[in-house]
Amino acid sequence: MTPSSQKPAYPAPGLDTFPKLLQHNARMFTDKDAMREKEFGIWQSWTWSQVADEVERFALGLQANGVKAGDVVLIVSGNRPRTYWTMCAVQSLGAVPVPTYHDSVASEMQFVIEHSEARVIVAEDQEQVDKILDVKDRCPAVELVIYDDSRGMKGYDPEVVEIQDFVTIQEQGEAIRKKNPNQFEDLVSKGKGEDISIILYTSGTTGKPKGVVLTYDNTLLTGYYGGLLEGLTENEEILAYLPVAWIGDHIFSYAQSYALGFCVNCAESSETVAADMREIGPTYYFAPPRVFESLLTNVQIRMEDAAPFKRTMFKYFMQVAKETGIKLLENKPVSILDRIKYALGNALVYAPLKDALGMGRVRLAYTAGEAIGGEIFDFYRSLGINIKQLYGQTESSVFITVQPDGEVFPDTVGTPSPGVELKIADNGEVIYRSPGAFHSYFKNPESTASTKTSEGWVHTGDAGFMTPNGHLRIIDRAKDVGTFNSGKMFAPKYIENKLKFFPHIQEAVTFGDGRDDCMVFINIDLSAVGNWAERNNIAYASYQELAAHPEVNKMVAQSVSEVNKSLLDDEMLAHSQISRFLILHKELDADDGELTRTKKVKRKLINDRYKVLIDALYEGKTQCFIETEVAFEDGRVGKISGDISIHDAKTYNPVAQVS
Amino acid sequence: MTEPLQRMEAASKLLELKNIDLSFGGVKAISNISFDVMEGEVRAIIGPNGAGKSSLLNVINGFYHPQQGEIWFDGKQRHSMKPYQIAYQGIARTFQNIALFKGMSVLDNIMTGRFTHMHKNILWQALWKGPAEQEEIENREFVEHIIDFLEIQAIRKTPVGRLPYGLQKRVELGRALAAQPKMLLLDEPMAGMNVEEKEDMCRFILDVNDTFGTTIALIEHDMGVVMDIADRVVVLDYGRKIGDGTPEVVRNDQTVIDAYLGVSH
Repeated sequence: MTPSSQKPAYPAPGLDTFPKLLQHNARMFTDKDAMREKEFGIWQSWTWSQVADEVERFALGLQANGVKAGDVVLIVSGNRPRTYWTMCAVQSLGAVPVPTYHDSVASEMQFVIEHSEARVIVAEDQEQVDKILDVKDRCPAVELVIYDDSRGMKGYDPEVVEIQDFVTIQEQGEAIRKKNPNQFEDLVSKGKGEDISIILYTSGTTGKPKGVVLTYDNTLLTGYYGGLLEGLTENEEILAYLPVAWIGDHIFSYAQSYALGFCVNCAESSETVAADMREIGPTYYFAPPRVFESLLTNVQIRMEDAAPFKRTMFKYFMQVAKETGIKLLENKPVSILDRIKYALGNALVYAPLKDALGMGRVRLAYTAGEAIGGEIFDFYRSLGINIKQLYGQTESSVFITVQPDGEVFPDTVGTPSPGVELKIADNGEVIYRSPGAFHSYFKNPESTASTKTSEGWVHTGDAGFMTPNGHLRIIDRAKDVGTFNSGKMFAPKYIENKLKFFPHIQEAVTFGDGRDDCMVFINIDLSAVGNWAERNNIAYASYQELAAHPEVNKMVAQSVSEVNKSLLDDEMLAHSQISRFLILHKELDADDGELTRTKKVKRKLINDRYKVLIDALYEGKTQCFIETEVAFEDGRVGKISGDISIHDAKTYNPVAQVS
Repeated sequence: MTEPLQRMEAASKLLELKNIDLSFGGVKAISNISFDVMEGEVRAIIGPNGAGKSSLLNVINGFYHPQQGEIWFDGKQRHSMKPYQIAYQGIARTFQNIALFKGMSVLDNIMTGRFTHMHKNILWQALWKGPAEQEEIENREFVEHIIDFLEIQAIRKTPVGRLPYGLQKRVELGRALAAQPKMLLLDEPMAGMNVEEKEDMCRFILDVNDTFGTTIALIEHDMGVVMDIADRVVVLDYGRKIGDGTPEVVRNDQTVIDAYLGVSH
């Protein structure tokens, strides 16, 4: 692996914090767009010098309101320019910004407010302010709430806490700047690379969220080097649409933008992301596999509905792309005829399709977080979109491994990033040491000690191994890897991912640890199966009804048996074929606590809540009645109940296959 | 509920109906109804089916002409007028059964609400460049603010016919708002909506009232909604007024209770 011999250098000498980078960018790229947001139907932009001005006024205003070095300022907001400005303004005071998931409910937010001991909160709008006021009596430390969007805030005057408009704070800052023009400069110059730059709370697949403390050296250097490695420049365009509390967005839309000087575009609203992406045409793009998957599903559905001529053309050229597209992307030899065919396909299909997806200009796309299906991955690469996998976590400031150009395989996550040392522990767990390795968990020395060793090795919690060509392959979460009664390995995620690669399966949860065989819960994909139902004249009124339809069950049974067949190929996992399955009567939902906010399955909770169903699976029943509570978006609770049918899956005998 | 009351004392009457009678041939739709709407208030009109609520709205709107009675709007007595003249006076409305242009986009539909603010004649429009373009830009900007206000950015360019019912209702509200009315008439804005859509609509109605200071008169069947958002309520039954006052007063009025629940004879 590539151990770092010396400490990596900053973008320029002395530029060791984001506020310093901002001032540098304001001088270097004065009139270049730093940020855009679509507002009132038009893209509004701010140059680097304008951003510097906004940040300066807000920072001085915050200071006038008592924010000082070491304080924590909570940010409850979506991807808006002011969200990112707030981060930088807070950092320039030596205080620590703590962005939190703005779609979380008040009680989830309460934990972060309490734990971070935030005195000042910057909230996006009335909705967020209301949530804060809801839990205010349990969070006595909060003194000031600043809101960005003033709509509906007229007449708000709660006695429990002071409320101010973002603009008012900036006006206060403006007044201070008039009196003392150098004050901001002086504040910024006090920052150092080893200072704490941000605390990010992990979404918490298990237990309460943990606050990951990162320094400037972590995020700034990791982001900068990650960008240099890929040849990113100040001319990139990126769309900020993922939660700001998530490390990925922090690195891609903040750290790298500041370090390299490229422009960040904020969508008009969360529903307009697809249209906004098409208008902006980002050159640098990140999306979790789920997004790539649903985009592909949409394309396939649309093509099924297209006229026969178009459909034939699409199928023919996608076949051409499959054969030559990836070779072209990786600069491998391709015959003249194939090149001509590909060029024709590009004119007729690929270019218009990429444009419709908003990926016409993408030079580099990353995906991470989960395994991505080989077919999905190849689809985008064959179109000429350089999509690569990376492996990382909040604790590593994202980059642990990245797939180098020309060495992109669907089942590995690439080679170690610059400065990263990688080892596989005796129990199969992946551990690493890197410049991005986190400082500590906030107010949680026990967890810090159990995750990060005194020599700086960090436990990822993922089980994996190095392939012969030096790539890392991740199998599953180390703690999720269980054993069957036979003593053989059970890797739930691995099987679930195989199932989820089918477009009509949205989510799957497998069971097998401490059991004799593997059983599975399945969620169908409502849009894909719904479209299929429409084409086959199958009437349905709800998810539940569609999920219970015999034809749908047949289709899923087919997929399960295909997965079983493919498991045969892997000697280690051939014994974990799925013996029985059922389709759940409701979609697993983060609002019901069944998924995390980043849409990962909470196994323990599902084990408890659906115990009846699990028992029914293992007891060999063919029907089971279940009643579950569901939370609606407004917080009320309702009930869904129904009979669920359970099916046996077709399994394959490894021995028979060999003979 | 002291705040709306105080506000009303300070405000003046925006609309006043005096002894209105309306009949279609032998059918008496409205008989001898008088009530007023104060500036800046949310006024609800309720009543069982066939009570004459929509007819009353049509009278205010100028679509029907009452046989008797006076209508005072904005300090002036109103004589027989065409609906478009009334629109110019500053009254906009939505309809019980959505009346949008189904084939046009959301944006275009809301733009039609700006017609009272477009003054360039057909020649200028045809010529396009210059003042007509400038006017279009100004109006588009206003419309974009409404789109932002109603949070319908994602469907800006979608043809209205493809939208679900709840969103169409919202677009219709948007078109009415585009006229920058002094008074907004809403005919069953929440009919046929699910709970979530209703809550959104309530929020928007209150926000409109709050942000733009628009006076609102609405007909609604959902009592929960009416009691929550209205400052004052007028109750009709068989074309007569049987109750008038704050939600609290109306809720406890025996005549109103009888009209809704029926009385044993």
